[in-house]
Amino acid sequence: MNEMESILVVNNLQTSFGTEAGEVRAVDGVSFTVPKGKTIGIVGESGSGKSITSLSILRLLASNGKTKGGEVLFKGKDLLKLSEKAMREIRGNQISMIFQEPMTSLNPVYTVGQQISETIKIHKKLGNKEAMSQSVEMLKLVGIPSPEKRVKQYPHELSGGMRQRVMIAMALACDPEILIADEPTTALDVTIQAQILELIKDLQNRLGMSVIMITHDLGVVAETCDYVAVMYAGQVVEYSDVRTLFKNPKHPYTLGLLNSLPRHDVDQEKLIPIKGMVPSPHEMPVGCRFAPRCPVATELCHKKQPDLLSTGGDNSEQIRCWMYSEEWDGESEVTLYGEKRTVKG
Amino acid sequence: MTKYIIRRLLQTIPVLLGVSILVFSLMFLIPGDPAQVMAGEGASEQTVENLREKLGLNDPAYVQYGRFLGNALQGDLGNSVRSGRPVMDEIQARFWITVEVAVYATILAVFIGLIAGIISAVRHYTLTDVSIMIIALFGLSMPNFWLGLLLIQWFALGNLPFGWDLPEILKMRPSGWGDSWRQIILPVITLGTGGAAIIARMTRSSMLEVIGQDYIRTARAKGVSERIVIYRHALKNALIPVVTVIGLEFGGFLGGAVLTETIFAINGMGRLTIDAIRQRDFPVVQGTVLVISLLFVIVNLLVDISYKFLNKRIDLN
Amino acid sequence: MAKKELLKVEGLKQYFPIKGGFLGRTVNHVKAVDDISFTIYEGETVSIVGESGCGKSTTGRAILRLEEPTDGSVVFQGTDITKIPKGEMRKFRKDLQIIFQDPYASINPRQTVASVLSEAMHIQNVLPPDQRRARIEQLLETVGLRPYQADRYPHEFSGGQRQRIGIARALSVDPKLIICDEAVSALDVSIQAQVLNLLEELQDEYGLTYLFISHDLGVVRHISDRIIVMYLGKIVEIADKNSLFENPQHPYTKALLSAIPVPDPDAVKSRIVLKGDVPSPIDPPQGCRFHTRCPFATDKCRTEEPVLRTSDIMKDTHEAACHYMEEISAGKMTPNY
Repeated sequence: MNEMESILVVNNLQTSFGTEAGEVRAVDGVSFTVPKGKTIGIVGESGSGKSITSLSILRLLASNGKTKGGEVLFKGKDLLKLSEKAMREIRGNQISMIFQEPMTSLNPVYTVGQQISETIKIHKKLGNKEAMSQSVEMLKLVGIPSPEKRVKQYPHELSGGMRQRVMIAMALACDPEILIADEPTTALDVTIQAQILELIKDLQNRLGMSVIMITHDLGVVAETCDYVAVMYAGQVVEYSDVRTLFKNPKHPYTLGLLNSLPRHDVDQEKLIPIKGMVPSPHEMPVGCRFAPRCPVATELCHKKQPDLLSTGGDNSEQIRCWMYSEEWDGESEVTLYGEKRTVKG
Repeated sequence: MTKYIIRRLLQTIPVLLGVSILVFSLMFLIPGDPAQVMAGEGASEQTVENLREKLGLNDPAYVQYGRFLGNALQGDLGNSVRSGRPVMDEIQARFWITVEVAVYATILAVFIGLIAGIISAVRHYTLTDVSIMIIALFGLSMPNFWLGLLLIQWFALGNLPFGWDLPEILKMRPSGWGDSWRQIILPVITLGTGGAAIIARMTRSSMLEVIGQDYIRTARAKGVSERIVIYRHALKNALIPVVTVIGLEFGGFLGGAVLTETIFAINGMGRLTIDAIRQRDFPVVQGTVLVISLLFVIVNLLVDISYKFLNKRIDLN
Repeated sequence: MAKKELLKVEGLKQYFPIKGGFLGRTVNHVKAVDDISFTIYEGETVSIVGESGCGKSTTGRAILRLEEPTDGSVVFQGTDITKIPKGEMRKFRKDLQIIFQDPYASINPRQTVASVLSEAMHIQNVLPPDQRRARIEQLLETVGLRPYQADRYPHEFSGGQRQRIGIARALSVDPKLIICDEAVSALDVSIQAQVLNLLEELQDEYGLTYLFISHDLGVVRHISDRIIVMYLGKIVEIADKNSLFENPQHPYTKALLSAIPVPDPDAVKSRIVLKGDVPSPIDPPQGCRFHTRCPFATDKCRTEEPVLRTSDIMKDTHEAACHYMEEISAGKMTPNY
């Protein structure tokens, strides 16, 4: 990955939330790199901190959330240190975001055209008329039929799939360099999901932007991403290219996810679930956060937290597990897709 | 849109019919024989009977109602028992005063209520928010006859607490209406305070709800400044429930002006009603209640129509 | 193996009136479920799949008469339960249980788990009151919770655990058929797998029959014996699991299967991307309801409604509702994307 130009580098990001039961560290030391023109997936289950990570990048956290440390380098500039005004010039312009719920993410009292052209007016400093005609162009770009008619419509007059297209049109109106897509298809039916994923991929090829795809769906990851960061309990536990992640996953949590996933494309005898459940953010384990649910955890895992280690020469594969460190001796047996595999420390 | 307005207008017909029946039955609900009351204490049996015949009180109820309704539709609400003048004339003279008081009170309530509510919502859980909400609670719980008397004590009679002096500029007149701004301010504050408090609380909770919506996050993600997020994206949505409250408050001011008008000796409809009730002037009571109800219905209709402009999701047809 | 019929749905229709106009008359109907028939045999798992608005959840609710069906019959062990008085339904509710997507919404938050379960047992009068506590603790162990958790309130549990409580409640009255309405859809995969395995174990142990309603074809493939595919209130295909996944015949089923992202970056994809959205169930298209999105649609599809039928190209238990499945299968028709 070194030879590849990176556009965004997230380093040791720490985000906390003030709650009634005290401070909760929702994101704890997350690092990853977004290569130019590529798609990186951030995958994890609820509570893993994947959405908080994406909101932290654009500094869109709710008022009780705060980024406590780390850096978010966008073309060398640390976004966390920018003034609010400078940050606004980046949002919707150089880095855009689309969200999970297309039904509620558009303002119900303004037309589609008014909402798209608002972005254009802010960032491109264009007048009403030009902004509106560019909005029509954007709707055409995202494949909305009769865009001249649609710009004058209100969100409630559109279906869920159409609204997500409008969100995409709005996000791409100013040619951003990065599109953050936070579960963009989770609320949609599969046939509509297919349309939207296809659209994002197609637009990425045409416009050359980078995409950060936040999802819980491993199928979406396999189809759309070049690189993947797997998150668990606020940390990245594995980072690799997408082929390695599915063919040769290393972290026991990643293995567990793949083993519990019911597949529609192959027959499986039995699912192997991960036992137990995600730790409460108020009671994080001292050692490896996955240790209480891990089938191969040892005393070391329960006592001491592993670092995110690079395996191999460059940073293309990283893993947060003692099993792949020098401290680990002996062999462990793990299961993947119903087959046993042996891991040597 | 026109179709919707026509439909809504048609729908008010049954409401108005119901109101007219209620108003008509006032005659029978109020204790005592109307003819006896109108004729006066010492009237002879014969005079009362003649009067009853003249008023048609011997006819069956539905005939009386039909006559009442027929006359009312032609703008004839009968004559006042006391003054002998047509009820419509009596009302017309007072009507605009009451409307004026209510309009000023509404403007005050909306102005203060909206600003306080927005500030409170934007700075929620801060000292500002808490202070505004405590003041609103006071405004809400203060009976307005008491507030009126207090204001008269302080700003008209100059009896400020702690022996403070009342500056000349703040000196108000305790009674009447319309001659100078010094007459207008106290009654408007008296009438509008409760409404301002309700609107402030409503605006705050509505704004807080809207600020938590996904589309507000979308607006921020577009790079929209915080001021525009609040005023363009949040406020228009937050106003939708507030508009109902404003409409209801205005209606309430029209009917609720009774106390304020009495305290400040304003010759409005409220006072007309009170005097008419006291004097058993039934035609006037019927007339004022009918007019106030009619106004209420119209205000509600306007509120519903303003929804159309604010909220595109309500399918009016 | 002689299969015993447990539930037979015939000609089931569920129309919801749309009120409107000046006097609030019924101006139209949402035809949520429009004349569907199928049979469930004892001990099997039948799934209904489809996208939102296809009528799958409505079917489940109509079977239980949570909404009175507009027409058709639901015969459970020989009795048409749509024809009996409402009061008598209680008897059958013991045999027919339902688990919802969000168990939290269907459990009173002010009741402890024990009181939720004992209430269910009380209504159906399953055990003498003095034996219920022991049964509750046993049930909790069965669904993978601890007996001491019986006195806790629903909010003290995680999503997966609440779904286990929902299952325990359904089990508490010894039902024969459990309708799982998107029962695992809201759960994370690692927890979803736990619950799916639990459902399978319980089926083996108690001989339960499941009607599984889901939009997730991965889950459906894993758990089902037979699968019903619905589109806009109609059944478009019905087949045993392998037949459906290996040899789908209806163009909608094919598109649906091809639309699901495969968790394998090397998978060869020949995706059929359907154009447009699902039409409104208020005015469903004439003829075949899928014709507005079907790449093979002809004039016949636009006018004539296809019926469910089997054919030489598939197993005799496999049925699909398409005029042209033979021609499409033989490659004689050109898709028009």
